[in-house]
Amino acid sequence: MRFTLNGKRVSVEAPPMKRLLDVLREDFGLTGTKEGCGEGECGACTVLVNGEALCSCLTPLSHVAGRKVTTIEGVRDPLQGRFVAEGGAQCGICTPGMILMSLALGKSPSLQTAREGLAGNLCRCTGYTAILRSVARKRKERS
Amino acid sequence: MRTPLSSLTLLEPRTLSDALRFLQEGGPPAPLAGGTDIYVGLEFGLETRKRFLNLWELAELRGIRLRKGLLSLGALTTYTDLIRSPLVRKRLPILIEAARLVGGVQIQNRGTIGGNIANASPAGDTLPVLAVAEAIVVLRSLDGERMIPFNAFYTGYKKTAMRPDEIIASIEIPALPGRPWFRKVGTRAAQAISKVVMAAVVGEQPRIAIGSVAPTVVRCPRTEGVLASGGPLEEAELTLLEEIRPIDDLRSTAEYRGRVCVNLLRSCFANRRR
Repeated sequence: MRFTLNGKRVSVEAPPMKRLLDVLREDFGLTGTKEGCGEGECGACTVLVNGEALCSCLTPLSHVAGRKVTTIEGVRDPLQGRFVAEGGAQCGICTPGMILMSLALGKSPSLQTAREGLAGNLCRCTGYTAILRSVARKRKERS
Repeated sequence: MRTPLSSLTLLEPRTLSDALRFLQEGGPPAPLAGGTDIYVGLEFGLETRKRFLNLWELAELRGIRLRKGLLSLGALTTYTDLIRSPLVRKRLPILIEAARLVGGVQIQNRGTIGGNIANASPAGDTLPVLAVAEAIVVLRSLDGERMIPFNAFYTGYKKTAMRPDEIIASIEIPALPGRPWFRKVGTRAAQAISKVVMAAVVGEQPRIAIGSVAPTVVRCPRTEGVLASGGPLEEAELTLLEEIRPIDDLRSTAEYRGRVCVNLLRSCFANRRR
């Protein structure tokens, strides 16, 4: 099975129904993608496939054949610096998913867009305020 | 206990007719689209089927178009496709409202309208919308095409009128004869399975459909009749309580669900213009 992983063409031999999450963590050793709930509620396992966010715990390997997968290991974006500066990351389990989902929302989303876009990403530390501060554009930038 | 995924077979048809041929085999494989329900079942060991049929790559099952005056949704239309479609926004805006309340964006990107129908949960968010729109489910098999009115599609809890050799190809939706209305009541605004989900059409021939209050999504013809004949709202409320069969479960109680249904009916029809 061939696909593009963080910009590199890769090939893997694994069962077609294996969860993308497990392929990333076990076959590629990319443990930045986290497992939270395993049922699509928490968003910790969010990755981008052809630019669209999905839960890698609900996605069979087969469904990324020939497609482009982006995990946190493939991200270099100023957004990461803002999570650090604003306190958007605490224990860190939700952070990779938060960042990938946020990247799918486009550049500097409004607070409303960020809130709705991140509705499928749960965080038990921050109370979300610091995360939304990291992701959404500031009021003064809004003009 | 989690099902060992390495033990599962995934059949990979290239075309719809290949897929239909696979369905003719003994012990037909389970159709797999975005996987948002099937993988939850596998995670909890509730999904016992071992062979799956990958529909995700079949372009023939995608697309949103107008066909002979009907809004036609390919079975693989995702919630995100619905939300982004100007045609759906114009023709059936309450389907977009429902789609926006399904899971988070990650689920909306993968969950499909065909899957929501086939999964046959009484809590499916789009189902009351399809019920009041009097949608038609188009099924395909090697024998050809079969059309079933959505309101005759469910025969019991998680049971449908589909044969094992059939798949849902598309959903055809006529224009609504009045003002559409939709409301989902859950534990929180996002990511919640509904306690009650209701869609309605307000007009001369009112239509009401409710999810999560019976073994399947239900239309409420007697309540609709009371409203159509200009009866008082109080009478419609009492009729509605007779017509639904809510249960106590882990998400809510029957009593609460009944109260919510009455409240929703009132907020929908209090200012009805006929």
